[in-house]
Amino acid sequence: MNTKLLQTVAALSLLAGVAVAGEDATLIINDEETMVTEAAAPAHAENLDRIYSGWVFRADETQVLQMDDFDNPAFVFTDQGQDLYDTVDGTAGESCANCHGDVDSFAGLTAQMPRVNSDGELETLTELVNNCRTERMGAEAWKYSASQMTAVTALIGLQSRGMPVDVAIDGAAAPYWERGKELYYTRVGQLDMSCSNCHEDNYDVMIRADHLSQGQTNGFPTYRLKNAKLNSRHGRFKGCMKNIRATPFKEGGDEFKALELYVASRGNGLSVETPSVRN
Amino acid sequence: MKILIATAVVAAFFAGTATAQDTVVPTAVMFDEGAVGVSLTGVVGDAANGRKVFANRKQGNCLACHANADLSEQSFHGEVGPPLDGAADRWSEDELRGIVTNSKLMFEGTIMPAFYIDAGYTRPLEKFDGKSILSAQQVEDVVAYLMTLKEN
Ligand code: HEC
Ligand code: HEC
Ligand code: HEC
Repeated sequence: MNTKLLQTVAALSLLAGVAVAGEDATLIINDEETMVTEAAAPAHAENLDRIYSGWVFRADETQVLQMDDFDNPAFVFTDQGQDLYDTVDGTAGESCANCHGDVDSFAGLTAQMPRVNSDGELETLTELVNNCRTERMGAEAWKYSASQMTAVTALIGLQSRGMPVDVAIDGAAAPYWERGKELYYTRVGQLDMSCSNCHEDNYDVMIRADHLSQGQTNGFPTYRLKNAKLNSRHGRFKGCMKNIRATPFKEGGDEFKALELYVASRGNGLSVETPSVRN
Repeated sequence: MKILIATAVVAAFFAGTATAQDTVVPTAVMFDEGAVGVSLTGVVGDAANGRKVFANRKQGNCLACHANADLSEQSFHGEVGPPLDGAADRWSEDELRGIVTNSKLMFEGTIMPAFYIDAGYTRPLEKFDGKSILSAQQVEDVVAYLMTLKEN
Protein backbone atom coordinates (compact mmCIF):
# COMPACT_ATOMS: atom_id res chain seq x y z
CA MET A 1 0.00 0.00 0.00
CA ASN A 2 1.41 3.35 -0.91
CA THR A 3 1.14 6.28 1.47
CA LYS A 4 -1.42 8.10 -0.62
CA LEU A 5 -3.79 5.16 -0.47
CA LEU A 6 -3.24 4.85 3.26
CA GLN A 7 -4.02 8.51 3.71
CA THR A 8 -7.19 8.12 1.70
CA VAL A 9 -8.29 5.16 3.79
CA ALA A 10 -7.55 7.07 6.96
CA ALA A 11 -9.47 10.09 5.70
CA LEU A 12 -12.40 7.90 4.76
CA SER A 13 -12.65 6.23 8.11
CA LEU A 14 -12.33 9.63 9.78
CA LEU A 15 -15.22 10.87 7.67
CA ALA A 16 -17.26 7.82 8.53
CA GLY A 17 -16.63 8.62 12.18
CA VAL A 18 -17.85 12.20 12.04
CA ALA A 19 -20.56 11.80 9.46
CA VAL A 20 -23.56 11.79 11.77
CA ALA A 21 -25.94 12.15 8.87
CA GLY A 22 -25.88 12.20 5.08
CA GLU A 23 -27.71 10.60 2.23
CA ASP A 24 -26.94 7.07 3.39
CA ALA A 25 -27.40 7.86 7.03
CA THR A 26 -29.90 6.17 9.26
CA LEU A 27 -32.42 8.24 11.14
CA ILE A 28 -32.27 7.14 14.74
CA ILE A 29 -34.15 9.40 17.10
CA ASN A 30 -32.95 9.91 20.65
CA ASP A 31 -30.42 7.10 20.07
CA GLU A 32 -33.19 4.54 20.30
CA GLU A 33 -35.97 4.83 17.72
CA THR A 34 -34.90 3.79 14.20
CA MET A 35 -37.02 5.24 11.41
CA VAL A 36 -37.61 3.57 8.06
CA THR A 37 -36.51 6.32 5.66
CA GLU A 38 -36.19 4.08 2.61
CA ALA A 39 -38.40 1.21 1.53
CA ALA A 40 -39.63 -0.69 -1.49
CA ALA A 41 -42.27 1.37 -3.25
CA PRO A 42 -45.84 0.19 -2.79
CA ALA A 43 -47.21 -1.40 -5.97
CA HIS A 44 -49.63 1.47 -6.58
CA ALA A 45 -46.72 3.94 -6.90
CA GLU A 46 -45.99 2.29 -10.22
CA ASN A 47 -43.26 4.66 -11.41
CA LEU A 48 -41.09 4.33 -8.32
CA ASP A 49 -38.85 1.45 -7.24
CA ARG A 50 -37.90 2.79 -3.84
CA ILE A 51 -39.48 5.40 -1.65
CA TYR A 52 -37.49 7.80 0.50
CA SER A 53 -38.33 10.12 3.32
CA GLY A 54 -37.57 13.78 2.66
CA TRP A 55 -35.13 13.55 5.58
CA VAL A 56 -32.71 11.61 3.36
CA PHE A 57 -32.24 14.60 1.06
CA ARG A 58 -31.72 17.27 3.64
CA ALA A 59 -28.34 18.74 4.53
CA ASP A 60 -26.46 17.14 7.43
CA GLU A 61 -27.10 20.03 9.78
CA THR A 62 -30.85 19.81 9.12
CA GLN A 63 -30.87 16.04 9.47
CA VAL A 64 -29.18 16.19 12.84
CA LEU A 65 -31.88 18.45 14.26
CA GLN A 66 -34.40 15.66 13.89
CA MET A 67 -32.23 13.07 15.60
CA ASP A 68 -32.80 14.34 19.12
CA ASP A 69 -36.03 15.72 20.48
CA PHE A 70 -34.08 18.26 22.54
CA ASP A 71 -32.60 19.69 19.33
CA ASN A 72 -35.79 19.43 17.31
CA PRO A 73 -37.34 22.91 17.22
CA ALA A 74 -40.78 21.41 16.52
CA PHE A 75 -41.06 20.29 20.13
CA VAL A 76 -41.67 23.84 21.29
CA PHE A 77 -44.85 23.58 19.24
CA THR A 78 -45.91 20.08 20.29
CA ASP A 79 -45.56 21.33 23.87
CA GLN A 80 -47.96 24.12 22.98
CA GLY A 81 -50.17 21.45 21.44
CA GLN A 82 -50.15 19.58 24.75
CA ASP A 83 -51.24 22.73 26.59
CA LEU A 84 -54.07 23.25 24.11
CA TYR A 85 -55.04 19.60 24.47
CA ASP A 86 -55.33 19.98 28.23
CA THR A 87 -57.10 23.35 28.24
CA VAL A 88 -60.86 23.78 28.47
CA ASP A 89 -62.26 25.75 25.56
CA GLY A 90 -65.79 26.43 24.28
CA THR A 91 -69.28 26.56 25.75
CA ALA A 92 -69.35 22.89 26.82
CA GLY A 93 -66.51 23.47 29.28
CA GLU A 94 -64.51 20.55 27.94
CA SER A 95 -60.90 19.94 27.01
CA CYS A 96 -59.68 17.27 24.61
CA ALA A 97 -58.12 15.49 27.58
CA ASN A 98 -61.45 15.34 29.42
CA CYS A 99 -62.87 13.01 26.81
CA HIS A 100 -59.81 11.41 25.22
CA GLY A 101 -57.54 11.04 28.24
CA ASP A 102 -53.84 10.78 27.55
CA VAL A 103 -52.98 11.85 24.02
CA ASP A 104 -51.21 8.53 23.46
CA SER A 105 -54.66 7.04 22.95
CA PHE A 106 -54.26 8.40 19.40
CA ALA A 107 -51.30 6.11 18.66
CA GLY A 108 -51.62 4.75 15.13
CA LEU A 109 -54.23 7.23 13.91
CA THR A 110 -51.97 9.54 11.91
CA ALA A 111 -50.44 6.61 10.05
CA GLN A 112 -53.87 5.92 8.53
CA MET A 113 -55.00 9.44 7.74
CA PRO A 114 -56.69 10.64 5.67
CA ARG A 115 -59.43 8.01 5.56
CA VAL A 116 -63.00 7.60 4.45
CA ASN A 117 -65.62 7.78 7.21
CA SER A 118 -68.85 5.82 7.56
CA ASP A 119 -70.65 8.40 5.42
CA GLY A 120 -68.28 7.70 2.57
CA GLU A 121 -66.50 11.05 2.93
CA LEU A 122 -62.77 11.51 2.92
CA GLU A 123 -61.71 13.11 6.21
CA THR A 124 -58.42 14.49 7.41
CA LEU A 125 -57.06 14.62 10.94
CA THR A 126 -57.52 18.36 10.86
CA GLU A 127 -61.22 17.92 10.17
CA LEU A 128 -61.61 15.37 12.99
CA VAL A 129 -60.09 17.83 15.44
CA ASN A 130 -62.31 20.65 14.24
CA ASN A 131 -65.35 18.36 14.44
CA CYS A 132 -64.73 17.79 18.10
CA ARG A 133 -64.22 21.50 18.65
CA THR A 134 -67.43 22.59 16.96
CA GLU A 135 -69.70 19.59 17.65
CA ARG A 136 -68.53 18.47 21.06
CA MET A 137 -66.84 21.43 22.74
CA GLY A 138 -68.90 24.33 21.50
CA ALA A 139 -65.66 25.97 20.43
CA GLU A 140 -64.81 27.72 17.20
CA ALA A 141 -63.13 25.79 14.43
CA TRP A 142 -59.46 26.57 14.00
CA LYS A 143 -58.35 27.70 10.57
CA TYR A 144 -57.05 24.81 8.53
CA SER A 145 -53.36 25.56 9.02
CA ALA A 146 -53.60 27.72 12.14
CA SER A 147 -50.73 27.43 14.60
CA GLN A 148 -53.04 25.80 17.18
CA MET A 149 -54.14 23.24 14.61
CA THR A 150 -50.64 22.31 13.47
CA ALA A 151 -49.54 22.13 17.11
CA VAL A 152 -52.32 19.71 18.09
CA THR A 153 -52.11 17.59 14.92
CA ALA A 154 -48.31 17.38 15.33
CA LEU A 155 -48.81 16.23 18.92
CA ILE A 156 -51.29 13.58 17.75
CA GLY A 157 -48.92 12.62 14.91
CA LEU A 158 -46.05 12.19 17.35
CA GLN A 159 -48.03 9.35 18.97
CA SER A 160 -47.59 7.38 15.73
CA ARG A 161 -43.92 8.17 15.27
CA GLY A 162 -42.03 5.12 14.01
CA MET A 163 -45.16 3.36 12.77
CA PRO A 164 -45.40 2.71 9.03
CA VAL A 165 -47.62 4.98 6.96
CA ASP A 166 -50.55 2.79 5.96
CA VAL A 167 -53.39 4.67 4.32
CA ALA A 168 -56.18 2.71 2.66
CA ILE A 169 -56.70 3.38 -1.04
CA ASP A 170 -59.23 0.74 -1.98
CA GLY A 171 -62.98 0.40 -1.49
CA ALA A 172 -64.67 3.67 -0.65
CA ALA A 173 -61.29 5.45 -0.79
CA ALA A 174 -60.66 4.50 -4.41
CA PRO A 175 -62.43 7.41 -6.13
CA TYR A 176 -60.68 9.95 -3.88
CA TRP A 177 -57.35 8.29 -4.52
CA GLU A 178 -57.93 8.36 -8.30
CA ARG A 179 -58.77 12.05 -8.11
CA GLY A 180 -55.61 12.71 -6.11
CA LYS A 181 -53.54 10.79 -8.60
CA GLU A 182 -54.98 12.79 -11.47
CA LEU A 183 -54.08 16.03 -9.69
CA TYR A 184 -50.58 14.76 -8.98
CA TYR A 185 -49.90 14.23 -12.66
CA THR A 186 -51.64 17.35 -14.00
CA ARG A 187 -49.44 20.19 -15.17
CA VAL A 188 -50.46 23.55 -13.78
CA GLY A 189 -49.35 27.15 -13.59
CA GLN A 190 -47.41 29.41 -15.89
CA LEU A 191 -44.41 27.09 -15.49
CA ASP A 192 -46.69 24.23 -16.52
CA MET A 193 -45.45 21.52 -14.19
CA SER A 194 -47.00 18.67 -12.26
CA CYS A 195 -46.00 17.37 -8.85
CA SER A 196 -44.55 14.35 -10.63
CA ASN A 197 -42.24 16.45 -12.81
CA CYS A 198 -40.28 17.41 -9.73
CA HIS A 199 -40.97 14.76 -7.11
CA GLU A 200 -41.07 11.65 -9.29
CA ASP A 201 -38.98 12.42 -12.39
CA ASN A 202 -36.33 14.48 -10.65
CA TYR A 203 -35.99 13.52 -7.01
CA ASP A 204 -32.41 13.45 -5.73
CA VAL A 205 -31.57 16.18 -8.25
CA MET A 206 -30.68 19.79 -7.47
CA ILE A 207 -33.15 22.41 -8.63
CA ARG A 208 -31.10 25.54 -8.08
CA ALA A 209 -30.35 25.44 -4.32
CA ASP A 210 -32.91 22.75 -3.45
CA HIS A 211 -32.23 19.05 -3.31
CA LEU A 212 -35.49 17.58 -4.62
CA SER A 213 -37.12 14.88 -2.53
CA GLN A 214 -40.06 12.66 -3.41
CA GLY A 215 -42.37 15.15 -1.73
CA GLN A 216 -43.45 12.62 0.91
CA THR A 217 -45.75 13.65 3.75
CA ASN A 218 -44.68 11.18 6.43
CA GLY A 219 -43.11 13.95 8.53
CA PHE A 220 -46.03 16.38 8.63
CA PRO A 221 -46.78 18.72 10.22
CA THR A 222 -43.17 19.59 9.63
CA TYR A 223 -41.00 22.29 11.16
CA ARG A 224 -39.34 24.35 8.45
CA LEU A 225 -36.21 26.34 9.13
CA LYS A 226 -37.38 28.69 6.41
CA ASN A 227 -40.38 29.99 8.36
CA ALA A 228 -39.56 28.68 11.85
CA LYS A 229 -42.96 27.11 12.42
CA LEU A 230 -44.94 23.96 11.87
CA ASN A 231 -46.27 23.59 8.33
CA SER A 232 -49.36 21.65 7.35
CA ARG A 233 -49.53 19.33 4.37
CA HIS A 234 -51.94 21.58 2.55
CA GLY A 235 -49.76 24.59 3.29
CA ARG A 236 -46.86 22.80 1.64
CA PHE A 237 -48.91 21.81 -1.40
CA LYS A 238 -49.99 25.42 -1.70
CA GLY A 239 -46.38 26.62 -1.59
CA CYS A 240 -45.31 24.20 -4.30
CA MET A 241 -48.19 25.32 -6.52
CA LYS A 242 -47.36 28.98 -6.05
CA ASN A 243 -43.73 28.31 -6.95
CA ILE A 244 -44.84 27.11 -10.35
CA ARG A 245 -47.10 30.16 -10.59
CA ALA A 246 -50.30 28.16 -10.25
CA THR A 247 -53.38 29.24 -8.33
CA PRO A 248 -53.36 26.86 -5.37
CA PHE A 249 -56.43 24.87 -4.41
CA LYS A 250 -58.10 25.76 -1.14
CA GLU A 251 -56.59 24.38 2.07
CA GLY A 252 -59.05 21.83 3.40
CA GLY A 253 -60.80 21.68 0.01
CA ASP A 254 -61.69 18.51 -1.87
CA GLU A 255 -58.70 18.72 -4.23
CA PHE A 256 -56.05 19.01 -1.54
CA LYS A 257 -57.74 16.32 0.55
CA ALA A 258 -57.65 13.93 -2.41
CA LEU A 259 -54.05 14.91 -3.12
CA GLU A 260 -53.21 14.36 0.56
CA LEU A 261 -54.54 10.80 0.34
CA TYR A 262 -52.70 10.07 -2.88
CA VAL A 263 -49.38 11.54 -1.74
CA ALA A 264 -49.63 9.78 1.63
CA SER A 265 -50.25 6.47 -0.17
CA ARG A 266 -47.00 6.89 -2.10
CA GLY A 267 -45.30 6.81 1.29
CA ASN A 268 -46.99 3.64 2.59
CA GLY A 269 -44.19 1.81 4.38
CA LEU A 270 -42.13 4.81 5.48
CA SER A 271 -42.14 5.63 9.18
CA VAL A 272 -44.28 8.44 10.45
CA GLU A 273 -41.66 11.04 11.43
CA THR A 274 -43.94 13.71 12.83
CA PRO A 275 -42.77 16.27 13.74
CA SER A 276 -39.97 16.33 11.19
CA VAL A 277 -37.47 19.08 10.43
CA ARG A 278 -36.92 20.39 6.92
CA ASN A 279 -35.40 23.51 5.44
CA MET B 1 -23.54 56.11 -54.58
CA LYS B 2 -26.82 54.71 -55.74
CA ILE B 3 -26.13 51.49 -53.88
CA LEU B 4 -25.19 53.39 -50.78
CA ILE B 5 -28.49 55.27 -50.84
CA ALA B 6 -30.37 52.08 -51.37
CA THR B 7 -28.61 50.52 -48.39
CA ALA B 8 -29.42 53.51 -46.25
CA VAL B 9 -33.04 53.30 -47.24
CA VAL B 10 -33.18 49.62 -46.43
CA ALA B 11 -31.47 50.18 -43.09
CA ALA B 12 -33.92 52.94 -42.24
CA PHE B 13 -36.77 50.68 -43.26
CA PHE B 14 -35.54 47.92 -40.97
CA ALA B 15 -34.98 50.30 -38.10
CA GLY B 16 -38.51 51.47 -38.66
CA THR B 17 -39.96 47.97 -38.44
CA ALA B 18 -38.20 47.17 -35.22
CA THR B 19 -40.93 48.58 -33.04
CA ALA B 20 -43.03 46.85 -30.46
CA GLN B 21 -45.80 46.78 -33.01
CA ASP B 22 -43.94 44.34 -35.16
CA THR B 23 -43.02 41.99 -32.40
CA VAL B 24 -44.17 38.50 -33.24
CA VAL B 25 -46.87 37.69 -30.70
CA PRO B 26 -46.61 34.26 -29.02
CA THR B 27 -49.45 32.70 -31.01
CA ALA B 28 -47.92 33.83 -34.32
CA VAL B 29 -44.47 32.29 -33.85
CA MET B 30 -43.72 29.89 -36.70
CA PHE B 31 -41.90 26.70 -35.79
CA ASP B 32 -40.07 24.41 -38.16
CA GLU B 33 -39.18 21.13 -36.44
CA GLY B 34 -38.87 22.96 -33.12
CA ALA B 35 -36.74 25.78 -34.54
CA VAL B 36 -37.78 29.40 -35.08
CA GLY B 37 -36.09 31.00 -38.06
CA VAL B 38 -37.25 34.58 -37.68
CA SER B 39 -36.26 36.97 -34.91
CA LEU B 40 -39.19 37.67 -32.59
CA THR B 41 -38.44 41.40 -32.60
CA GLY B 42 -36.11 42.22 -35.45
CA VAL B 43 -33.81 43.81 -32.89
CA VAL B 44 -30.44 42.13 -32.47
CA GLY B 45 -30.30 40.35 -29.13
CA ASP B 46 -28.21 41.84 -26.33
CA ALA B 47 -26.10 38.96 -25.00
CA ALA B 48 -25.08 40.88 -21.87
CA ASN B 49 -28.70 41.37 -20.90
CA GLY B 50 -29.46 37.78 -21.90
CA ARG B 51 -26.89 36.64 -19.38
CA LYS B 52 -28.76 38.53 -16.67
CA VAL B 53 -32.14 37.18 -17.73
CA PHE B 54 -30.64 33.67 -17.69
CA ALA B 55 -29.63 33.96 -14.05
CA ASN B 56 -32.52 36.07 -12.72
CA ARG B 57 -34.83 33.94 -10.57
CA LYS B 58 -37.89 35.94 -11.58
CA GLN B 59 -37.08 35.88 -15.31
CA GLY B 60 -35.33 33.01 -17.10
CA ASN B 61 -34.10 31.30 -13.94
CA CYS B 62 -32.40 28.90 -16.32
CA LEU B 63 -29.83 28.20 -13.61
CA ALA B 64 -32.56 26.46 -11.62
CA CYS B 65 -32.19 23.53 -13.99
CA HIS B 66 -29.00 24.08 -15.98
CA ALA B 67 -25.41 24.41 -14.83
CA ASN B 68 -23.41 26.95 -16.81
CA ALA B 69 -19.68 27.47 -16.22
CA ASP B 70 -19.87 30.99 -17.66
CA LEU B 71 -21.96 32.00 -14.62
CA SER B 72 -19.66 30.47 -12.03
CA GLU B 73 -20.01 33.61 -9.89
CA GLN B 74 -23.62 32.56 -9.21
CA SER B 75 -23.99 29.95 -6.49
CA PHE B 76 -26.31 26.97 -6.92
CA HIS B 77 -26.62 25.65 -10.43
CA GLY B 78 -29.38 23.12 -10.94
CA GLU B 79 -29.00 19.72 -12.55
CA VAL B 80 -32.50 18.93 -13.83
CA GLY B 81 -31.42 19.63 -17.43
CA PRO B 82 -28.03 19.22 -19.16
CA PRO B 83 -25.23 21.75 -18.54
CA LEU B 84 -25.37 24.46 -21.17
CA ASP B 85 -21.64 24.81 -21.69
CA GLY B 86 -21.09 24.64 -25.44
CA ALA B 87 -24.81 24.98 -26.24
CA ALA B 88 -23.95 27.02 -29.35
CA ASP B 89 -21.78 24.16 -30.63
CA ARG B 90 -24.73 21.77 -30.42
CA TRP B 91 -27.55 23.99 -31.66
CA SER B 92 -28.06 26.65 -34.31
CA GLU B 93 -29.43 30.07 -33.43
CA ASP B 94 -32.82 29.14 -34.87
CA GLU B 95 -32.94 25.96 -32.82
CA LEU B 96 -32.01 27.83 -29.67
CA ARG B 97 -34.73 30.39 -30.36
CA GLY B 98 -37.19 27.53 -30.72
CA ILE B 99 -36.01 25.87 -27.51
CA VAL B 100 -36.34 29.06 -25.47
CA THR B 101 -39.65 30.06 -27.07
CA ASN B 102 -41.34 26.70 -26.53
CA SER B 103 -39.05 23.79 -25.72
CA LYS B 104 -41.97 21.36 -25.83
CA LEU B 105 -41.87 21.39 -29.59
CA MET B 106 -38.22 20.29 -29.54
CA PHE B 107 -38.35 17.99 -26.49
CA GLU B 108 -41.71 16.32 -26.14
CA GLY B 109 -43.04 16.23 -22.60
CA THR B 110 -40.10 18.16 -21.17
CA ILE B 111 -40.23 19.73 -17.71
CA MET B 112 -38.62 22.87 -19.21
CA PRO B 113 -41.17 25.70 -19.28
CA ALA B 114 -42.17 27.40 -22.52
CA PHE B 115 -40.88 30.95 -22.10
CA TYR B 116 -42.84 32.61 -24.86
CA ILE B 117 -46.40 31.37 -24.83
CA ASP B 118 -49.25 33.27 -23.23
CA ALA B 119 -52.18 30.88 -23.43
CA GLY B 120 -53.03 27.29 -22.67
CA TYR B 121 -52.06 27.42 -19.00
CA THR B 122 -54.06 25.51 -16.38
CA ARG B 123 -54.81 27.49 -13.20
CA PRO B 124 -52.12 30.15 -13.64
CA LEU B 125 -51.80 32.64 -10.78
CA GLU B 126 -53.95 35.56 -11.82
CA LYS B 127 -51.07 37.99 -12.22
CA PHE B 128 -49.41 35.71 -14.79
CA ASP B 129 -52.58 34.83 -16.68
CA GLY B 130 -52.31 35.65 -20.38
CA LYS B 131 -48.64 36.59 -20.02
CA SER B 132 -45.50 34.93 -21.26
CA ILE B 133 -42.64 34.31 -18.81
CA LEU B 134 -40.22 36.31 -20.95
CA SER B 135 -40.84 39.16 -23.35
CA ALA B 136 -39.94 38.73 -27.02
CA GLN B 137 -36.83 40.84 -26.60
CA GLN B 138 -35.76 38.91 -23.51
CA VAL B 139 -36.00 35.71 -25.58
CA GLU B 140 -33.81 37.30 -28.26
CA ASP B 141 -31.34 38.45 -25.61
CA VAL B 142 -31.14 34.98 -24.07
CA VAL B 143 -30.66 33.43 -27.51
CA ALA B 144 -27.85 35.91 -28.23
CA TYR B 145 -26.29 34.95 -24.91
CA LEU B 146 -26.63 31.20 -25.60
CA MET B 147 -24.85 31.79 -28.93
CA THR B 148 -21.79 32.89 -26.91
CA LEU B 149 -21.62 29.54 -25.08
CA LYS B 150 -19.00 27.82 -27.22
CA GLU B 151 -16.41 25.28 -26.26
CA ASN B 152 -14.92 24.54 -29.67
C1 HEC C 1 -66.96 15.90 24.72
C2 HEC C 1 -66.00 14.89 24.46
C3 HEC C 1 -64.92 15.22 23.42
C4 HEC C 1 -64.09 16.29 23.42
C5 HEC C 1 -64.04 17.45 24.36
C6 HEC C 1 -63.20 16.08 22.32
N1 HEC C 1 -63.50 14.92 21.68
FE1 HEC C 1 -62.54 14.14 20.11
N2 HEC C 1 -63.89 12.68 20.00
C7 HEC C 1 -64.94 12.47 20.88
C8 HEC C 1 -65.73 11.36 20.43
C9 HEC C 1 -66.97 10.81 21.13
C10 HEC C 1 -65.15 10.91 19.24
C11 HEC C 1 -65.63 9.79 18.32
C12 HEC C 1 -65.42 8.46 18.92
C13 HEC C 1 -63.99 8.10 18.89
O1 HEC C 1 -63.50 7.71 17.83
O2 HEC C 1 -63.32 8.17 19.93
C14 HEC C 1 -63.98 11.74 19.03
C15 HEC C 1 -63.10 11.56 17.97
C16 HEC C 1 -61.91 12.24 17.86
C17 HEC C 1 -60.88 11.93 16.92
C18 HEC C 1 -60.89 10.74 15.94
C19 HEC C 1 -60.35 9.56 16.68
C20 HEC C 1 -60.38 8.30 15.89
O3 HEC C 1 -59.59 7.40 16.20
O4 HEC C 1 -61.18 8.17 14.98
C21 HEC C 1 -59.87 12.81 17.11
C22 HEC C 1 -58.53 12.88 16.37
C23 HEC C 1 -60.27 13.69 18.16
N3 HEC C 1 -61.50 13.33 18.60
C24 HEC C 1 -59.50 14.73 18.64
C25 HEC C 1 -59.95 15.62 19.60
C26 HEC C 1 -59.21 16.79 19.99
C27 HEC C 1 -57.82 17.19 19.47
C28 HEC C 1 -59.98 17.44 20.90
C29 HEC C 1 -59.70 18.78 21.53
C30 HEC C 1 -59.50 19.88 20.59
C31 HEC C 1 -61.18 16.64 21.08
N4 HEC C 1 -61.12 15.56 20.28
C32 HEC C 1 -62.18 16.95 21.97
C33 HEC C 1 -65.17 13.19 22.00
C34 HEC C 1 -64.54 14.36 22.33
C1 HEC D 1 -40.71 22.90 -9.47
C2 HEC D 1 -40.59 21.70 -8.72
C3 HEC D 1 -41.71 21.31 -7.78
C4 HEC D 1 -43.00 21.00 -8.11
C5 HEC D 1 -43.64 21.04 -9.47
C6 HEC D 1 -43.62 20.60 -6.87
N1 HEC D 1 -42.75 20.68 -5.84
FE1 HEC D 1 -43.05 20.01 -3.97
N2 HEC D 1 -41.19 20.63 -3.44
C7 HEC D 1 -40.28 21.22 -4.29
C8 HEC D 1 -39.09 21.56 -3.56
C9 HEC D 1 -37.85 22.22 -4.13
C10 HEC D 1 -39.31 21.14 -2.23
C11 HEC D 1 -38.33 21.24 -1.06
C12 HEC D 1 -37.29 20.16 -1.21
C13 HEC D 1 -37.91 18.80 -1.31
O1 HEC D 1 -38.31 18.22 -0.29
O2 HEC D 1 -38.08 18.32 -2.47
C14 HEC D 1 -40.63 20.54 -2.19
C15 HEC D 1 -41.19 19.95 -1.07
C16 HEC D 1 -42.40 19.29 -1.05
C17 HEC D 1 -42.93 18.56 0.08
C18 HEC D 1 -42.27 18.43 1.45
C19 HEC D 1 -41.46 17.16 1.55
C20 HEC D 1 -40.91 16.93 2.92
O3 HEC D 1 -40.18 15.95 3.09
O4 HEC D 1 -41.17 17.71 3.84
C21 HEC D 1 -44.13 18.04 -0.30
C22 HEC D 1 -45.06 17.22 0.55
C23 HEC D 1 -44.35 18.47 -1.66
N3 HEC D 1 -43.28 19.20 -2.10
C24 HEC D 1 -45.47 18.14 -2.39
C25 HEC D 1 -45.72 18.62 -3.68
C26 HEC D 1 -46.96 18.42 -4.38
C27 HEC D 1 -48.17 17.67 -3.84
C28 HEC D 1 -46.82 19.01 -5.60
C29 HEC D 1 -47.88 19.17 -6.69
C30 HEC D 1 -49.02 19.97 -6.31
C31 HEC D 1 -45.49 19.57 -5.67
N4 HEC D 1 -44.86 19.33 -4.48
C32 HEC D 1 -44.94 20.20 -6.78
C33 HEC D 1 -40.43 21.42 -5.64
C34 HEC D 1 -41.57 21.13 -6.35
C1 HEC E 1 -37.50 23.23 -14.91
C2 HEC E 1 -36.21 22.97 -15.48
C3 HEC E 1 -35.72 23.80 -16.65
C4 HEC E 1 -35.66 25.17 -16.75
C5 HEC E 1 -36.14 26.20 -15.74
C6 HEC E 1 -34.99 25.44 -18.00
N1 HEC E 1 -34.67 24.28 -18.63
FE1 HEC E 1 -33.70 24.09 -20.43
N2 HEC E 1 -33.90 22.07 -20.32
C7 HEC E 1 -34.44 21.37 -19.28
C8 HEC E 1 -34.36 19.95 -19.56
C9 HEC E 1 -34.83 18.83 -18.65
C10 HEC E 1 -33.76 19.84 -20.82
C11 HEC E 1 -33.46 18.56 -21.61
C12 HEC E 1 -34.52 18.34 -22.63
C13 HEC E 1 -35.48 17.27 -22.25
O1 HEC E 1 -36.38 17.51 -21.42
O2 HEC E 1 -35.32 16.15 -22.73
C14 HEC E 1 -33.47 21.19 -21.27
C15 HEC E 1 -32.83 21.49 -22.47
C16 HEC E 1 -32.37 22.75 -22.81
C17 HEC E 1 -31.51 23.04 -23.94
C18 HEC E 1 -30.90 22.03 -24.87
C19 HEC E 1 -29.77 21.42 -24.09
C20 HEC E 1 -28.56 20.96 -24.87
O3 HEC E 1 -27.64 21.76 -24.97
O4 HEC E 1 -28.59 19.85 -25.33
C21 HEC E 1 -31.27 24.38 -23.93
C22 HEC E 1 -30.42 25.16 -24.90
C23 HEC E 1 -32.01 24.92 -22.80
N3 HEC E 1 -32.66 23.92 -22.15
C24 HEC E 1 -32.01 26.27 -22.46
C25 HEC E 1 -32.70 26.79 -21.39
C26 HEC E 1 -32.77 28.20 -21.10
C27 HEC E 1 -32.08 29.28 -21.89
C28 HEC E 1 -33.55 28.35 -20.00
C29 HEC E 1 -33.98 29.62 -19.32
C30 HEC E 1 -34.59 30.62 -20.18
C31 HEC E 1 -33.93 27.01 -19.58
N4 HEC E 1 -33.41 26.09 -20.44
C32 HEC E 1 -34.70 26.73 -18.47
C33 HEC E 1 -34.96 21.90 -18.13
C34 HEC E 1 -35.10 23.24 -17.85
